Amino acid sequence: MPQAPDPITRNLWHVVAATDELPIGLVETTLLLDTRLALTRGSDGEPVVWLRTDEENGDEIDADSVLERLPVRTAYGYTWTCLGTPDAELFPIPEFAEPDRVNMSCGSIGIHVSAPRAVENFLDMGHFPYVHTDILGSEPHTEVKEYDVEVSEERDEVLATKCRFIQPMAAKSAVGAMEVEYVYRVPHPFCSVLYKSCPEDETRRDVIGIFLQPMTEERCRAHLLQSMIDSTSTITDLRRFQQTIFGQDKPILENQYPKKLPLDPRSETPIRADKSAIAYRRWLSQKGITYGVIPQAS
Amino acid sequence: MPLSLSDPNWYPIASSEDLPFRHVYQGQLLGRELAVWRADDGNVNVWENRCLHRGVRLSIGINEGQELKCQYHGWRYANQSAGCTYIPAHPADAPARRIENRKYPIREAFGLIWSAANDDQAYAPFPGSDGHDWFALRPMPVNATPEDVVAGLARLAPDDEPADLLPALVVRVGGVTWFVQPVDAGRAVIRGLLPEKPADELATLRHYNELLTKLRDRLERAAARKPAPEPLQPVFEKVSADLSTMPDIAVPRGNTLTVVVKRKWQSADGVIGFELADRDGKHLPTFQPGAHIDVHLPNGLVRQYSLTNGPGDLSRYVIGVKAESASKGGSKVLVETVREGDLLQISEPRNNFPLRRDATRTVLIAGGIGITPLLSMARFLDKSSLPYELHYFTRNDESAAFSSELGVLHGHVERHAGLARDAIRAKVAAVMGPYQFANHVYICGPGAMLEMVQQVAADLGWPDEAVHFEYFQNDKVIDSSSAFDVELARSAMTLHVPAGKTILETMREAGLTVPSSCEQGACGTCLTTVMEGEVDHQDVYLNKTEKASNTCMMTCVSRAKSDRLVLDI
Repeated sequence: MPQAPDPITRNLWHVVAATDELPIGLVETTLLLDTRLALTRGSDGEPVVWLRTDEENGDEIDADSVLERLPVRTAYGYTWTCLGTPDAELFPIPEFAEPDRVNMSCGSIGIHVSAPRAVENFLDMGHFPYVHTDILGSEPHTEVKEYDVEVSEERDEVLATKCRFIQPMAAKSAVGAMEVEYVYRVPHPFCSVLYKSCPEDETRRDVIGIFLQPMTEERCRAHLLQSMIDSTSTITDLRRFQQTIFGQDKPILENQYPKKLPLDPRSETPIRADKSAIAYRRWLSQKGITYGVIPQAS
Repeated sequence: MPLSLSDPNWYPIASSEDLPFRHVYQGQLLGRELAVWRADDGNVNVWENRCLHRGVRLSIGINEGQELKCQYHGWRYANQSAGCTYIPAHPADAPARRIENRKYPIREAFGLIWSAANDDQAYAPFPGSDGHDWFALRPMPVNATPEDVVAGLARLAPDDEPADLLPALVVRVGGVTWFVQPVDAGRAVIRGLLPEKPADELATLRHYNELLTKLRDRLERAAARKPAPEPLQPVFEKVSADLSTMPDIAVPRGNTLTVVVKRKWQSADGVIGFELADRDGKHLPTFQPGAHIDVHLPNGLVRQYSLTNGPGDLSRYVIGVKAESASKGGSKVLVETVREGDLLQISEPRNNFPLRRDATRTVLIAGGIGITPLLSMARFLDKSSLPYELHYFTRNDESAAFSSELGVLHGHVERHAGLARDAIRAKVAAVMGPYQFANHVYICGPGAMLEMVQQVAADLGWPDEAVHFEYFQNDKVIDSSSAFDVELARSAMTLHVPAGKTILETMREAGLTVPSSCEQGACGTCLTTVMEGEVDHQDVYLNKTEKASNTCMMTCVSRAKSDRLVLDI
């Protein structure tokens, strides 16, 4: 029997699907926090989510006939729902609303690991040369330079700034290795947003979001958002790039043990490069999250 | 009898054939996953299948020959000790803390690899193993409890000649000895041995394969009718508290260990080689390229010598000692009085001269006996196929040490014998060339050469952080003009240190016995933990990061910047 999620997790908004990809008038099924869900979109295009009973994937359904509905919110191109009492707001990504950006969902990838492990991997720069060889990093340039991490009390999020790394192919226009600067936000226990220097406009930054859908404590789906200043690449190019990256992460993450993220500082061996991961683990611990993690024994 | 996580028995966990060149084999014993790999020197390692950093399986790692490299962040672990030798995210740091993976006992015998869940029981060959040329059959995995598998094997015996059941899940049926490897509560592997090599190997292997396949089908059909047993729940051991606190730097007061001088030989004119090994044949502690050990000499002095060893080579330490007549009784004692078979006290390896492995070009410049740490570095770079050049300057051909060791390297190794000072300088300048991004140079040699190379590097535009060297002597002028108080926390005593006197001297005058050796801030013997106050470091023992941590100091030369220091004495 799966354990019931902690109240914090239960009351969070969770991503369940890319809204555009939800078929109108057909059922799609998924799993959230060990709970079976059914989803569809009405003829008005609005997503509807409910607790699944005997519906099967692909069944025809009239969204109006669904009376017992879960709360729904659409944001950043995705459909979000909540199994408890949701907060009024979802975390902000102000850049998403800028008119000249290309916003796109880059697909959803199932990973047999806990959602917090996937978040931590997203925050990690040290693996670039080894896992994303010749794309996000390459040997011998393996150094993770000192960066800053803080937990913003006011916004209740983990913030890592001045993260720098030498990348061989930071952007399509890049010639030779260049140092890129990243800012990472963790505004939600299972979501993270990355800001990356933009090759087309020095004053602005490309935004990449990763939203994890915790299906069970040890399984998740990673949903990707890109919000780019890029006037040349096609959507297919940009999607393919992100899917390559996540395709490289998947086999590594699925070989990580334990699959749940251990919050006891003595369960693994952090180094200075892992400052953001340490802050993230502490933040989860302080919030009282127990879903998908191994809590610190008190 | 249910399986126990703390079962002390030895079981076969793999066939020798499962460990081909540079492979990492994934095994399992009593619920614990294992990463099993053979190093190029033949040694087989059985480790917990999990990198200590982020828990990724080591069985998907890369066997680099003498080190295993994790796929996720490229951490490297040494053959034998499973100690971490390199963390690529911090290429300029020596992993100062002892990060060591959990390892299990190992023995290779009868074409099988044997291991146990713990060290409680010494390995003993199975009864009746003597006097045969054993032949290993192909293993057969079975999804059934190990107990049921043993019973199934026993039923293979004819009624008039019952099977022999031996301890540790061994069954003897006719001429075959069957071993059942308890993988987990509901899974086992059958491994069989024949006492002699059969005439027709293939036919024999096929015969037993068919026999075991039928047995497996029967056992798995029976197991499917029973409730599946609860898998064993091994726990991952916690790392030590000092490893879990991230950035703090603690300088360990290294333990001393006793080694035996296995071999002493003339490596070149004026250079004596010493091979030091554990008395009981165990492996020595992990080291990193550039590391040195303190050798406690029979006359009470302590001297530092760099290790020349390559990666994962922990069966012995090899050092080179210069037999110079002018030596002040340090090296001289080693050269003249220490013999093969003598015991010596040495410290654990320490590294003030770490090798970055993130360079696009590495230049190693050795002068005379300075070849020792650079030989170690060259061997590490060589094994990882990283580009490097080694330039070895000697007085003449006869004084070039470790020739055979240098001869087997694949990189660019150049010897320069008998060059005059100006010619050396010109050669060094030509070799280094103008600075380029991610180039690094490492120098070890006489003081004058060190200064010369630093000067040449500066002239060619090389930044300080790309020029690496190490001091074994403190040639700096010690500034002893400050005056301050030291509070000795454990001795409950406050002393005033006047200008012109060291902390060490002041403590001795107050009647304290404090260990020291070189008294010039080079050997590390008087290392002391600092609890409060700001240290004015004047030694050459601590590295930059250690100095910046302000947690420790050398009381023989270093002083206080603040009015008061609190020491853990």
